[in-house]
Amino acid sequence: MNYLEHVGKYCMMLGQVFKTPQRSRVFRDALFKDIEELGHKSLGIIMFISFFIGGVIALQTALNLEDPLIPDTLIGFAAKRSIILEFAPTFCSIILAGKVGSYITSSIGTMRVTEQIDALEVMGINSLNHLVLPKIIATVFFYPFLICLGMILGIFGGWLAGVLSGLFTGTDYIIGIQSDFQPFLLVYAMIKTLVFAFLISTVPSYHGYYVKGGSLAVGKASTQAVVWTTVLIVISNYFLTQMLLT
Amino acid sequence: MIAVKDLHKGFGDLKVLKGISTTFHPGETSLIIGQSGSGKTVFLKSLIGLHIPESGTISFDGRINTDFTSEAKRVWRQEIGMVFQGSALFDSQTVEENVMFPLKMFTNNSQKEMLDRVNFVLDRVNLTKANKKFPAELSGGMQKRVAIARAIVMNPKYLFCDEPNSGLDPQTAIVIDNLIQEITAEYKIITVINTHDMNSVMEIGEKIVFLKNGLKAWEGTKNEIFKTDNEAIVEFVYSSNLFKKVRQAYLNETK
Repeated sequence: MNYLEHVGKYCMMLGQVFKTPQRSRVFRDALFKDIEELGHKSLGIIMFISFFIGGVIALQTALNLEDPLIPDTLIGFAAKRSIILEFAPTFCSIILAGKVGSYITSSIGTMRVTEQIDALEVMGINSLNHLVLPKIIATVFFYPFLICLGMILGIFGGWLAGVLSGLFTGTDYIIGIQSDFQPFLLVYAMIKTLVFAFLISTVPSYHGYYVKGGSLAVGKASTQAVVWTTVLIVISNYFLTQMLLT
Repeated sequence: MIAVKDLHKGFGDLKVLKGISTTFHPGETSLIIGQSGSGKTVFLKSLIGLHIPESGTISFDGRINTDFTSEAKRVWRQEIGMVFQGSALFDSQTVEENVMFPLKMFTNNSQKEMLDRVNFVLDRVNLTKANKKFPAELSGGMQKRVAIARAIVMNPKYLFCDEPNSGLDPQTAIVIDNLIQEITAEYKIITVINTHDMNSVMEIGEKIVFLKNGLKAWEGTKNEIFKTDNEAIVEFVYSSNLFKKVRQAYLNETK
């Protein structure tokens, strides 16, 4: 199957996904379950990685700006920009693509190969709407909070790394992160997050839903889903940056 | 009554069903038998609407399924119960949630009403004290019982079973067979079972349709299967020495 066919099939899938849920109480239950699985259970990894990567960004910036003519406040400023613009929305989304993407593909793929999706269809349930829509809503609504948390912890990690290493003072860092604050950069980060969240929920769902074969095929589909989600995040990141910041 | 008329279905160049016609009646357990690749599963999936026939019709009490409006199709779907080969229970849900799922989707019953109905059908399939267990914690036979309970919880008019005995020991297989037959007679359901199991054929085959290479090669009852001289079905059903001896003994006895 060529790429255009996949794109067409993906769009047709979305056409089935975006329909009114057949039962609001069943949909609500599925949504809460997906918020728990896809969002809440990702909190730990995002907090952990954000904190340490924030520290590394601050340390590397400090080590590369060892010039008496460059003020130390620039370290906080650069770390803040790096974290808000790129690290939190893009890097965290790529991590989530791996963690959540493989979960979505394997869970939907297993349902396909064990005829659970057929069982839904026989009951007269729109299986795509039932399985995928709660995942899209869960990720699109929850990931902005997750990414904001990543930003806060990343910046905090940078501050702590500087204070502990003695490479810069906490005061300089805080002055740096407060200087030249542009609210639009947060809007830009949130727009990217929403697009990435949509990709993280739909691309792996596509790979899982249309899997053919047995457990080996589900494994392969999970790998493919993570690769394609990452590729699409990187490409859309480029175009969004081009459109929103230039 | 389900009436199948000149049903054709293929995938690309491969013609799987080549003009099958038959009928299935309420309160009767009908079995579809045939070798692997004979078209049994495609036939069953065509009956339940998972495959769209290339030509021919399938009518459910006079309603042709390919002519349904989306509303009529929705109603028809709720009249169908299906037991899949691997049970197809939802892994993430308990037994109770699995059986309650169709009720939640299609009725406005209160939680208590739904729970009462779930307990009733679980009791009917002789599965109590397993409500809070997950499918992975159940044996194959218990999973089949849950699948049957889920299939009948909406009081279906039509029950379809794909290899309900696969992977089960002979004793459990007979229990499942008898359960399906009892439910069929009790609720006057039209039951169609896809099977390879010759014990099922001899035990509950009130009507047997034998498929060979996508064609209906024979049709009859479990009693007729002993007397038939149709070579294809004799070769298929009496492939083991045991069944050959059983047939010979039956023929000698009835001479």
